[in-house]
Amino acid sequence: MNGPATRLIQSGTRRSPIRWRMDEAGWTALPAALRQEPELEFLGLWGEAERVHAAFRHAGGGPPLLATADAAGGRYAALSPARPAAGLFERMAADLWGLRAEGAADSRPWLDHGFWPRHAPLGRNPKPPLGELPQPAFLPAGGEGVHQIPLGPVHGGVTEPGHFRFHVRGETILRLEARLGYAHKGILGLMRGKSPKLAARLAARISGDSTVAHAWAFAAAAEAATGVAPPPRAILLRGVMAELERIANHLNDAGFLCDAAGFAWPHARCGALREVVLRAADSAFGHRLMMDRVVPGGVSIDIAPSGPDAILAALAAVVAELPPLRRAIDGHAGLQDRLAGSGALAPALAAGFAAGGFVGRASGRDFDARRDLPYAPYDRLGFTVPLRQAGDVAARLQVRLDEMAESLAMVAALLARLEPGETLLPLPARPGEGLGLVEGFRGEVMCWMALDEQGLIRAVFPRDPSWLHWPLLEAAVQGGAMADFPLCERSFNASCSGVDL
Amino acid sequence: MLLPRLARTLFRRPLTDPAPATYPEIVAALVERLDAMARGRLGRSLAIRHVGAASCNGCELEINALSGVVHDLERFGLRFVASPRHADVLLVTGPCGRNMNEALLRTHAAMPDPKWVVAVGDCAVDGGVFQGSDAVEPGGVGRLLPVDLLIPGCPPSPTLLLEGLLALLEAEVTAAPPPPPLRPVEPTMESWAEPRRDGPVPEDGPG
Repeated sequence: MNGPATRLIQSGTRRSPIRWRMDEAGWTALPAALRQEPELEFLGLWGEAERVHAAFRHAGGGPPLLATADAAGGRYAALSPARPAAGLFERMAADLWGLRAEGAADSRPWLDHGFWPRHAPLGRNPKPPLGELPQPAFLPAGGEGVHQIPLGPVHGGVTEPGHFRFHVRGETILRLEARLGYAHKGILGLMRGKSPKLAARLAARISGDSTVAHAWAFAAAAEAATGVAPPPRAILLRGVMAELERIANHLNDAGFLCDAAGFAWPHARCGALREVVLRAADSAFGHRLMMDRVVPGGVSIDIAPSGPDAILAALAAVVAELPPLRRAIDGHAGLQDRLAGSGALAPALAAGFAAGGFVGRASGRDFDARRDLPYAPYDRLGFTVPLRQAGDVAARLQVRLDEMAESLAMVAALLARLEPGETLLPLPARPGEGLGLVEGFRGEVMCWMALDEQGLIRAVFPRDPSWLHWPLLEAAVQGGAMADFPLCERSFNASCSGVDL
Repeated sequence: MLLPRLARTLFRRPLTDPAPATYPEIVAALVERLDAMARGRLGRSLAIRHVGAASCNGCELEINALSGVVHDLERFGLRFVASPRHADVLLVTGPCGRNMNEALLRTHAAMPDPKWVVAVGDCAVDGGVFQGSDAVEPGGVGRLLPVDLLIPGCPPSPTLLLEGLLALLEAEVTAAPPPPPLRPVEPTMESWAEPRRDGPVPEDGPG
């Protein structure tokens, strides 16, 4: 079943169970081969000094597939003509490593706004700063009566910084372009040269709302690189934390989404329930968001003796409240009028961008890393993956509410399986490389890591699912009403910090 | 469907937490920081503007929780506003990424005096785990703006945030009221008609 692109990648030198090193000619032929194999999904692209990596996965199944090539003279063939999702990654690689994608669809700066002391800080030879850049050029929209609306980076609410540029005619959005990079803090540069144990604190702060998922993917990559299997109790506790994080975030966003449509009651109820869940997490793991609890080798803190009961009590409160909440949301004509049909994302686009999480599953992309790339403890849990086809704001909300019900049952099942035992193993200092892939609340979080002879991080790339969601948000709002943008944005809830790194 | 549920909440105990206590020493320190002209101007109500200066969004989650029914910020007279023009307090989160410097400084500049700056979270206090990165301003928010109050934590819990913000309110209220402003002399119709005498008198040019 292997197509031309898979065969081309696998004709290179195998450097790890999932990574092949291609020569320059092989990589240059990759875009054409990718066009002939549309079912090979693009997951991400990143750099190293004079080297470029890309990750793929077969839509039909199987583990990810990584391709590496030397970027001689800092140049490599762009993948964005064959996989539009690669566009943002190529712009990021140009700013961070100084790698130029030849033939790229878009080569405008992305993360570097001209304020850094050095351009391409992670490249072999960092360059002098870009200096003050001209006003950013946005993709145009022609026609009579078109005007622009700039929004951000400082928004009206308490949100992350990001700039949105709308081209509108009347109330209709003709084109939206997001300009991000405002939350860039140099995470990759800080991780380099650190031990996985030290760098885990940074991984936990890539995107605060997905701190468990990012820390878990990072820890899984470090464990794969060093050949350590975390203890069973730690794996169960990771599952408990990841599902609590999912429940808390789904509650939060469901509330804010209803509020954005002017329906305040679910917002108040969801906020109260989320607080109940976070307080249970605090009493069980000593931190409301469970930051720094998942670390390479296991978990840094065992669950408090009273933790399981506190969590079960919180779950019972959510379980009791969920049906009336759903009835209120589903039965409110005014709310449904706003949600149904807004921000529809075509299934073909969701599939083409390999959209993860509820964004993909609301547009018919039936993928959940917990089920399709099974990892412990989910490989021994029974659960269903909700799916919708409409792809609109209402479908994304429904998928999230359905998922929450599954997660509530999962946490109880995981807690019931807890056996006394170790929770943390030391990692040996040895070279190696590994990949971690964990289903966070937004979608699958992927982390690739390579360790040097001393067991320190030589190269690392954590890929948040938002990388693939941002361009899809731009597509989903096109042709919609400006007034529906807050709804659409909330229903995607893509992370700025997760992609700004 | 919804009405019976709403009616039931009328007879239920409120979900809101009791107000946290403020620390007198923090309030006293804040009173000292109050500019003499600013005293008493803001009264028992503060409008808050938040700027995420490259934060990881953890602090934003907890700040947003303040507005919920459990912490109910508005019962204290504190509220979030959309425009810096309406704000008395600037809440800054994150390690001050260089890409956000301009937006942060311009937001602060757009706020009317008197104004407070509160650094929220370990990153804003001193850079936190992002210390040493080229992409962030070394030393936290204090390097860019005059910080009045630090609320550490990663992220600080809503209760801790509330304690800090209530200390600001207490400082406003306990500070002595300002001296009454001098009453401006209102110009009469005649004085409008007369030529201005206080400005520089233009000299006649040569010729």
